[in-house]
Amino acid sequence: MPEVRIIDVSKSYGKITALSDISLEVHDGEYVCIVGPSGCGKTTLIKSIAGIVQPDRGEILIDGKSVSHLPIEDRGTGYVFQEIALFPHMNVYDNVSYGLMVRGESPEERKGTVTEMLDMLSIKENSRFYPAELSGGAMQKTAIARALASGSTLLLLDEPLGALDVKVRTVIRHELKRLVKELGLTAIHVTHDQEEAISIADRIVIMKAGRIVEVGPSDELYLNPSRIFTAKFLGEANFFVGIVEKHVGKTLNVKMGDTTLSVRKREKIDLEPNDTCVLAIRPEFVKMVHRDEGNRLNALKGKIVEASFLGDLMNYIVEALNGLRVQVKVQISEEEPDIRVGDDVTIVLPEEHLLIYRHPSEGLEKELALE
Amino acid sequence: MLRVLSLSKRFGAVRAVDDATFEVRDGEYLCILGSTGSGKTTLLRLIAGILRPDEGETYIDETLMNETPPEDRNVVYVPQTYALFPHMTVLENVMFGPVARRVPQKKAKEKAMSVLQLVRLDHRTDALPSELSGGMQQRVALARGLASGAKLLLLDEPLGALDARLRIELRGDLKRIAKDSGLTVIHVTHDQEEAMSIADRILILRKGRVQQHGTPFHVYRRPENLFVANFVGRTNFLEGIVDSRDREKTTVRLRQNMYIDVADTSHEREEYIIVAVREESTHLTRDDPGEGMNALDGEIIQLHFLGYSTRFEVKLKNGDRVSSLVSTDDPIGRVKMGDRVRVSFNPRNTLVYDYPTLGLRHELEVY
Repeated sequence: MPEVRIIDVSKSYGKITALSDISLEVHDGEYVCIVGPSGCGKTTLIKSIAGIVQPDRGEILIDGKSVSHLPIEDRGTGYVFQEIALFPHMNVYDNVSYGLMVRGESPEERKGTVTEMLDMLSIKENSRFYPAELSGGAMQKTAIARALASGSTLLLLDEPLGALDVKVRTVIRHELKRLVKELGLTAIHVTHDQEEAISIADRIVIMKAGRIVEVGPSDELYLNPSRIFTAKFLGEANFFVGIVEKHVGKTLNVKMGDTTLSVRKREKIDLEPNDTCVLAIRPEFVKMVHRDEGNRLNALKGKIVEASFLGDLMNYIVEALNGLRVQVKVQISEEEPDIRVGDDVTIVLPEEHLLIYRHPSEGLEKELALE
Repeated sequence: MLRVLSLSKRFGAVRAVDDATFEVRDGEYLCILGSTGSGKTTLLRLIAGILRPDEGETYIDETLMNETPPEDRNVVYVPQTYALFPHMTVLENVMFGPVARRVPQKKAKEKAMSVLQLVRLDHRTDALPSELSGGMQQRVALARGLASGAKLLLLDEPLGALDARLRIELRGDLKRIAKDSGLTVIHVTHDQEEAMSIADRILILRKGRVQQHGTPFHVYRRPENLFVANFVGRTNFLEGIVDSRDREKTTVRLRQNMYIDVADTSHEREEYIIVAVREESTHLTRDDPGEGMNALDGEIIQLHFLGYSTRFEVKLKNGDRVSSLVSTDDPIGRVKMGDRVRVSFNPRNTLVYDYPTLGLRHELEVY
């Protein structure tokens, strides 16, 4: 039985549609991240599950029971929401142990769980502080600890790490995931940070303009996204427009200017000769090869027009002879490659990494827009 | 362009900025990188003239500015929370500064239009701020700063309010605008990736003190202390004792008599040291990694898919943990939890630091 089932939920604010016929199932024990650009409806969706927002239409079931008419406190969820503050008159320790106390655990029973939470989130030294004495980051960690210790099996987390510095966030997110799994909880986590979602989610829900674009495990969505917007939003990608030339067995020939690329066919996409299509490839899958290998499949000759050192990566922009601008990322594991701006290079777009899509009817630019 | 000499500022017992000295060259893009509470915003406000230093001097174009009010410093400060006038259109917001300084209406409008073009908002001049997305509002704030005509732009977390994905997109725009307009920029951020990708030089602050100041390459490749090695990039730290050394290398004894070689030869026998290795410089292998490479046996205990690569955490036989970043299309990336692997790295890709007196954990603390 799925833990949470959302059926055809819609919500409008005046003329603005925040959610449009959303249906989604979150399974027992699953960690689901909801991502999308600001204004996509992700916060409205999680607030509808929590009971902070009342949908106009549709139904939400938790453990098979409709919760549509239940207020937030009766839905049996633990939550972290920006607008739901810590109890101001309680110190950190008491805030975190509140849920266990309500469930009738004795102070001795509570101590172990609370101490573990505080320790894991490194706020033990703050345990006697009151919320007003905490930094934004420490408040947020306390709210997470309180949610984890609430005894609820469903956690609703709205930007739970948003107030933390990047460096701290990348550490805490794994701790959060680990604890959710160890405690056997189900979590729905809204984040604007696609990297956070990729690294911790069992499944990612991508939203745009009040609708769900795509749902799937993070590696599947990253490596083989069904939708152009997914390729854009999760990680970086190069996009090119081309024209289908012909079918060649399991591949398609796609023409871009005077270049023909070979692309593996994908299921569920039926493209015919002369159809306009969009090709996408992630910058780390573009190969920089020796100039002599220019006759390889999908090889393009070009010039480096930008080169920047990013620490673990080199980021290049290559202007190909056919006019394409291609972003290429090369991981530096030993020494950075000796390639500079102005150098002639050959790049290969491996056919197994080229993604092909039907050209969107409303135009590519609109499809890729983040705001 | 800008020279800061021994600048200090205390708030009560807290040294928010502690003896900061550095220079910013004409046309340079400097990122001040630090965590919450490191003093980066205070430093920016001292330069802007909004705060007065307790000690030290600020020179702009070789002129001492200590007694000069913010409006006469020829700098523009864009705070983290940009307060646009809600009842004014985008164009009016951007024209406000020049008009207030009695620039003729027509000229002010020309200037405003040109900067709105730079930030790619010339099609939304009649919109009210409430009709714009967060990213667009941020760009209006930036345009307002640019319209002032000041040559030194001080930006406090200019991309902080934006979604992560949009932030990546706008980084490039920000740098392009600065370079196209010939501006000198000081940009405060807590995001090391942002600093690496946008800055000509990076200044790293911790607890008010400058830790390092240099190009992204320099800061990444030659971190001057453990804090910088940890804060910029992802690094493994191994504790050990110098066992022996010759002219080319030092052999280090790790816990439980595991040995590695490092290229550094500046430490004496029996000295306690920390060896730092970047995650991307550690490789996973099942075979002999080759002549001269370090090889440590262990077991995969965690893996995190990151998209462009996967991070594997390996528990070594002596209990130490090492993380390794493996490209997504590298076949070794098919190893699973519990698999036995070898972690290998080149002695040349290690950095060696003295064992810190207060312990490693204290030295790495972000706050």
